[in-house]
Amino acid sequence: MKRLIAALVFGLGLTVAHAAIDTYEFDSEAERERYRTLTEELRCPKCQNQNIADSNSPIAMDLRREIYRMLEEGRSNDEIVDYLVARYGDFVRYRPPLNSTTLLLWYGPAGLLVIGFGVVVVMLVRRRRGAARPENHSLSEAERERLASLLENRK
Amino acid sequence: MRRVLLLLPLVIFLGVAVFLYRGLFLDPSELPSALIGKPFPAFSLPSVQAGEPAITEADLKGRAALVNVWGTWCVACKVEHPVLNQLASQGVVIHGINYKDDNAAAQVWLRDFHDPYQLNVSDADGNLGLDLGVYGAPETFLIDKDGIIRHKYVGVIDERVWREQIAPLYQELVDQ
Repeated sequence: MKRLIAALVFGLGLTVAHAAIDTYEFDSEAERERYRTLTEELRCPKCQNQNIADSNSPIAMDLRREIYRMLEEGRSNDEIVDYLVARYGDFVRYRPPLNSTTLLLWYGPAGLLVIGFGVVVVMLVRRRRGAARPENHSLSEAERERLASLLENRK
Repeated sequence: MRRVLLLLPLVIFLGVAVFLYRGLFLDPSELPSALIGKPFPAFSLPSVQAGEPAITEADLKGRAALVNVWGTWCVACKVEHPVLNQLASQGVVIHGINYKDDNAAAQVWLRDFHDPYQLNVSDADGNLGLDLGVYGAPETFLIDKDGIIRHKYVGVIDERVWREQIAPLYQELVDQ
């Protein structure tokens, strides 16, 4: 029984501790949703494999606070993302913008797929053409005579 | 034509190998600053030293300088500090931004370990740091005499970093 109580208290303590990390109040559910999407799509500059929502580093906390502040000011998602990109570079975006340096990143896979299809189509067409002209593999009149004479001589 | 096609996989392999080999030596924690070539962000903040007037971005103009982001909570800054002292004694202009720090602790630090900074901005809330895209300390910006940011170095400046990376750029800006 004692253990159970201890476990309960410990468990409660944990949930409280978790909730205390960030306590921002939002006017509406839509606002909360925007905050969630933004913090999940922006990358923490310090701990690079985490987004701002997940990271516990001081800079991520600052950025969460900053995003919350801008949401409260009524700024649009684009404005908030631009604000952070102006300071930390395109790096903070998990969804990189389309520009000359990211062209390969965005269209490379699709390009490779198209090239692959092209190769398959060319191969198929060639194979079909080969099959449609079996006479290519048969001997001409002169060759047949020569073959006959060679076989004749062998006997 | 056929022969050239046979070489194609080898060419692709070599291309990928060169690409990946280079990747082995890249440091992913070094981010290019978005502020290179841009003017130093506007600010008006108190000085770390009590009794001095507020500092603004206009005070940084006039000569090329290093702007060093530091804090007493930052262990690496302590490693960097003697190097900054040495550079300051050689006549290098260094300004400081005391980032998210306790001002009293900063004053004690400067008294105990020597003060290499000409101007020392107290950015207790980290707002200037945010405008500068600071994500850790120490970070050092190199600005020209018009207050344009020319270079950023993330991490501890030691003698080698100074000699090989920053000194040539600084000298170039001083000579302008």
